[in-house]
Amino acid sequence: MSSAEASPTTTTAPPRVPAIMRAEHVTKEFGGLVAVSDVSIDIPTRSIVSIIGPNGAGKTTLFNMLTGLYKPSAGRISLEDREITGKRPDIITSLGVARTFQNIRLFRAMTAVENVVVGRHARMRAGVWGSIIRPPGVRREERAARDRSREILEYVGLEHSQFDQLAGNLSYGDQRRVEIARALAADPTLLLLDEPTAGMNPQESDRLTDFMRKLRDDLDLTILLIEHDMRVVMGISERITVLDLGERIAEGPPAEIRENSRVIEAYLGKQDER
Amino acid sequence: MSEFVAQLTEWREAVLERLPPWWLRAAVAILIVIGILLPLAFTQTSGFIDATIRALAFVVMALGLNIVVGFAGLLDLGYVAFYALGAYSMGWFASGFFFKADVHVLTAALPTAQGIHLNFLLVLLAAALICAVAGALIGLPTLRLRGDYIAIVTLAFGEIIGTVAINGTDIHLPGGQTLTAGNLGIPAVDLPYFPGVGKFELLNLRAWYWLIFAILLLVLFVNIRLRDSRIGRAWVALREDEVAAISMGIPAVRTKLLAYAIGATFGGMSGAFLGAYYTTVNAGQFAFSFSIFVLAMIIVGGLGSIWGAVLGALLLSYINFYLIPDVLNSVPSSLGLDFSLTDLSFGIFGFLLVLVMVLRPQGLFPERRRTLELTQEVDRDQAMLKEPT
Repeated sequence: MSSAEASPTTTTAPPRVPAIMRAEHVTKEFGGLVAVSDVSIDIPTRSIVSIIGPNGAGKTTLFNMLTGLYKPSAGRISLEDREITGKRPDIITSLGVARTFQNIRLFRAMTAVENVVVGRHARMRAGVWGSIIRPPGVRREERAARDRSREILEYVGLEHSQFDQLAGNLSYGDQRRVEIARALAADPTLLLLDEPTAGMNPQESDRLTDFMRKLRDDLDLTILLIEHDMRVVMGISERITVLDLGERIAEGPPAEIRENSRVIEAYLGKQDER
Repeated sequence: MSEFVAQLTEWREAVLERLPPWWLRAAVAILIVIGILLPLAFTQTSGFIDATIRALAFVVMALGLNIVVGFAGLLDLGYVAFYALGAYSMGWFASGFFFKADVHVLTAALPTAQGIHLNFLLVLLAAALICAVAGALIGLPTLRLRGDYIAIVTLAFGEIIGTVAINGTDIHLPGGQTLTAGNLGIPAVDLPYFPGVGKFELLNLRAWYWLIFAILLLVLFVNIRLRDSRIGRAWVALREDEVAAISMGIPAVRTKLLAYAIGATFGGMSGAFLGAYYTTVNAGQFAFSFSIFVLAMIIVGGLGSIWGAVLGALLLSYINFYLIPDVLNSVPSSLGLDFSLTDLSFGIFGFLLVLVMVLRPQGLFPERRRTLELTQEVDRDQAMLKEPT
């Protein structure tokens, strides 16, 4: 709060580094309901960017457009200067975008390791004939995928004893870990995390915050997250986009967002309460 | 029967605990040897071997359907379509049906015989290819659907194929040839012939048995390999959570069509074999009840489980082809009742299905993954894909 003065209007700062992903004026309508309206967002390479906003602001809808689950009604999305608007989710994943979900969506009846191996699908080649005949190349690929999956699970901090447990039987925290591991298995350059700290206590949130920074530094990742926990958001984000009722009402570094009157009104509460 | 099911369950669990880890491999090896030697213990025309041949053909069907329904979770109620296409492949390409044609390839048919006479293995391959394409085509319109709606569409396709088979006598191909022989049936389908081995005989069932046993081993092998592969994982992932699966880079369309195509391939191979075994291809064989019969097999065995499909198919086939008609059929009349047990087949199957659902809803030999799904409530919010457009 000590830094810059509040910017009176929402300004789009010119990106200092090339954007890995850029959404321009994307809109999503469901029938008559406009869930996301004319939202633009730039995600600079190797940055950590947050999207915040009250419930129903359209954050997850925006996520679903960025990952291809929804086709935007209007607007344009590009990844590393390549247009990906309306491309299929599996294509976008193979181009280097991986995600987690707000309400954990693991393959509950598969083991932790199997979940992560599925995450590697886009990086594996074996087709029908390869799977049936299983030539040395396919065997090698399969073994490598399993080894890599175990490494990633270790990296996200899952205990070895949990590796071969069914995902549905894991604790909540471990399920979150496995979900991140599954996303990492796709070798993403951009990782989208939908409310990663949901349901965590402050200590766990802090640990996850540190972990996200480590992820970015270790793996050269760019991270885009939806988050409700203001401590996490303000602590980790380099830039923040604020959505309210489907519209972008602010964009900027945390210090600016904290002082933005529209954000405070729409999201953080009235000024005199603070 | 309930005692039998309960006994089987109990017995299996007790034994499993005490077995060494390599028991499955050993058991499979022993089963294969027993399987090969089995017909030598019976006469060449044994009714039991006849039932076994048909049972093995149904195991192949069940393994095919298990890929679609069990692995990929696409409820297919029109599986009879691939039985029909497989059988017609045999009828078209290995009989005198296309009497204007004159094609002979590695066959025992006289060179003067009219029609297309291809070698059994060639027809088997043709049936596999035709059904793979048909499976993918029938799968196409279901791609945007989920659950019960897939069942409705596939059911309709099964009915369409059955109806076309019956009315095929009015469908004229160029040259005045009809498409099928309808309820009269395509007669005198060629007996399989292998150069160097010889021609099959109707009065020696052993060769038939070994043939379908070999097809079964091949299909089993492919099934197991696929289950434990990138493709198999993709099927299960799609079944478990489609949104998560496509977000993990699994192409939903291609992966589902692959399941339909491979499942159909096995149905077609089995259908082709049965066409040759019955030596006739009759439209009346391709009724809706057939699809349900095969579906019941994999449900009784345990959806998604390869060994469950094998067990379920054997069990229901033996009951249907052996126990009811050959062994127990005279029981009602010996009790002074005026009906034969075959009249009650469907009642008996219905009863069995209910029994399994009540006593062991996961099936006799469940897949470990399914067990979890049925014992825990899986909360899956599929709303994301039901995007109104």
